Order: sequence, then structure tokens, then C-alpha cells
Amino acid sequence: MMVAAVLPWVSAAFVVALLLNLYRLLRGPRLADRILALDTLYVNAIGLLVLAGVAQSNALYFEAALVIALLGFAGTVALAKYALRGDLVE
Amino acid sequence: MAATLLDALAAALLVMGAAFALLGSWALAKLGTFLKRVHGPTKATTLGLALVLMGSVLWFGTRGEVSLHEVLITAFLFVTVPVSSQLLAKAAFKEDPGSRPPPPPV
Repeated sequence: MMVAAVLPWVSAAFVVALLLNLYRLLRGPRLADRILALDTLYVNAIGLLVLAGVAQSNALYFEAALVIALLGFAGTVALAKYALRGDLVE
Repeated sequence: MAATLLDALAAALLVMGAAFALLGSWALAKLGTFLKRVHGPTKATTLGLALVLMGSVLWFGTRGEVSLHEVLITAFLFVTVPVSSQLLAKAAFKEDPGSRPPPPPV
């Protein structure tokens, strides 16, 4: 059961990655940096959800990961459009 | 025996994936300008997540289950991350036109 042995370390790496993203999200300095940090935040959240699914051997977590992937992409595109045009609906 | 081998391979994929994801986020936090920063999350983190998802496929394979959600998530990420990063680069050029690199020599 090597997976069970490495799972805490792998999860810890993802948590550190989330904290680094949070640092960039708060620091900025530009709007594009913050949107990029949010984008990376949701990608890492997908990774953490997949690890939770592996840890509890429950495939239901992957549905949640898929929903986060879909909504995260839509949110990133909407925010980037806002930064690009200064408006969402023209 | 085969299950042990698959388990070891899944563990290796999970560790490599976490290392790449951490590397991408570290690049996002550390590098100096937006155009440098955008490399980490778009390449390293996407690769890391794909490795973690493949490790999860193998791990569910050791239990005799077939789980293909991960393949779907990986394909979706590989399609959407370049689109969003290109839009973000355009947004960054709009915010700061001076950061646009000069056109390559013809």
C-alpha cells in the first residue's frame, strides 16, 4: 500500500501550493496576476479533491472535481473578459 | 504481484504530479513579471494535475474498478488552460502595454 503511504505528503504538497497561490492572489500586483492566481487555485483544488477521492476510495469526488473544472474555466474567461474590455455584457 | 506493481506506479505518479503542481505554484509566487509568472501554472501545474489524475486511474485499477472521470477532467483541462492563459496574457497587455515583447525578427 504505497499509495496510502505517500498520500499525506502529496496532499501536503497541494496544500502548500494552495497557500502559494493565496499569497499571489493577495499580493497582486495587477488584476491579471490575481485572476491567474484564482485560476491556479481552482486547478490545485481539483487535485486536492482527487486525492480526497483516492483517500476515501470514493469516486463521487470526481463529479465535484469536474464541476469545479467547468465553472472555474467559465469564471476565468469571464474575469479575463472583464479585464480586457472593462465590461462583461456589451 | 501485478497489483503491487500498479500500486507502486500509482504512488510514483502521485508524487511526481504533486511535485510538478507545487513547482508551478512556486513559480507563480516567486517569478518577477506577469509574463514569467504565467508559465508556471499553465505548464507545470497542468502536467502535475494530469499525472495525479493518471495515478488515480491506476489506483482505482488496482481495486478492480474502472474510473474514467479522470481522463475526462484531464482532457478538459488540457483544452481550457491554454485558452484562459491566452486571454489572461491579452488582459495583461491591455493593463500594461509596455510589457508586450517586441515582435520577432522576420
